[in-house]
Amino acid sequence: MPTTSDGRPGLTASQTVGPYLAIGLTWEHGEEAVDPGTPGAVTVSGTLYDGEGVPIPDGMVEIWQAHPDGRFHHPDDPRGVAEAPPGFRGFARAQTVDGGRWSVLTLVPGAVPGPDGTTQAPHLDLSVFARGLLDRVVTRVYFPEHAGVAGPGGHAEDRVLAAVPAHRRHTLVAQQVDGGYRFDIRLQGENETVFFDI
Amino acid sequence: MTTDHPAQAAPGPASGLVLPQYERPAGVHPPLDSPDYRSTGLRHPKEPLVLLPHLLTEVTGPVLGDGRVTKDDADLTQWDGGEALGQRIVVRGRVLDSDGRAVPDTLVEIWQANAGGRYRHLRDQWPAPLDPHFNGVGRVVSDSLGRYEFTTIKPGAYPWKNHHNAWRPAHIHFSLFGRAFTQRLVTQMYFEDDPLFFQDPIFNSIPDEKARQGLISRFDYEATQPEWALAFSWDIVLRGSGATYFETEDVDADDE
Ligand SMILES: [Fe+3]
Repeated sequence: MPTTSDGRPGLTASQTVGPYLAIGLTWEHGEEAVDPGTPGAVTVSGTLYDGEGVPIPDGMVEIWQAHPDGRFHHPDDPRGVAEAPPGFRGFARAQTVDGGRWSVLTLVPGAVPGPDGTTQAPHLDLSVFARGLLDRVVTRVYFPEHAGVAGPGGHAEDRVLAAVPAHRRHTLVAQQVDGGYRFDIRLQGENETVFFDI
Repeated sequence: MTTDHPAQAAPGPASGLVLPQYERPAGVHPPLDSPDYRSTGLRHPKEPLVLLPHLLTEVTGPVLGDGRVTKDDADLTQWDGGEALGQRIVVRGRVLDSDGRAVPDTLVEIWQANAGGRYRHLRDQWPAPLDPHFNGVGRVVSDSLGRYEFTTIKPGAYPWKNHHNAWRPAHIHFSLFGRAFTQRLVTQMYFEDDPLFFQDPIFNSIPDEKARQGLISRFDYEATQPEWALAFSWDIVLRGSGATYFETEDVDADDE
């Protein structure tokens, strides 16, 4: 294990997930952040595109999010470890099979405390992995029904959205469709999705 | 519940909420645009990345493990009623963060080619034989000291058409969660003295020589199992806070 100049362990570098990620990263019901049939369950789905607008069939999407009340089942939530609603995991992974399409089943999260007493609008953190991506890329999914909300929980008060150039913000907002939401991801090119330095 | 993070004073990440903060590595991970690896061409974002502060969603992450893993998942050498062909090896090490602390109870997933360099995947069609007793998938959860261990077979090298006569050095794919969304890592473990490193644009996409060497496991004679398996050790370091912190416990003792 290499160490840094101040003697700390050197970080392990990222490498591509490669084309055969389905071998190791397939889980039964992996695409379900919540059990099917749970009241309020919605699908969030979309297509992953490359720089020529061609769907990517060998990618993977993972989501992580708050509970519907905006809390987390995690020791580093200083408000305390919140029990998840029944059947809810807050995490899902889906492969982009079938023409680059991916789909997860989840519950819309609640608003989450943000910096300086502000509130973050409900959002999913989303990672994309694929052959040709030497590191994951990270984006956020926001929901259209919170766009017009003034004050806490609305898009206008969200500091993360505010840091995104206004003309690109729309790439982070899902569209309402039958049964849930659509969120297409464009790795490159026209309407490239906003990705974050995490 | 309290956290054992060294509460790195995060200047007001949330009013009244002090959150752990994770370092932002520079020069460790490969650039997304790495032209020698041709598939990066149409798949790397061209717009600048937007800085994402480490807020609640980023400093938390899924707690995965027990439900996803059975004891057999640590042994890749037995599958479908028989034994995989190839050199049996133990692969073991620790999951740490860059502050030097163990990362316990975290899911470690691996997948790999068989001894002949072939993956059990529809799209892998090069003419090396499939092994009926090797599926190439493993899963474990790190223990309380961050240790993980698999028994598998040494994967073979394989051709992949990126450039003329392109061969991937032998490697095992690894996927880790850590304890926070910021720590998520997918990488590959390599083997010492592989003659194929010089021409591999994936391994060489890592700009820093030390970071590159960090993906190479070490032959570990002490961990070999007599009359059974060779052994390789590899520690995995996830992002920490950037603060210096060392465990008082000497957990490396049995490792050296
Ligand atoms: Fe591979």
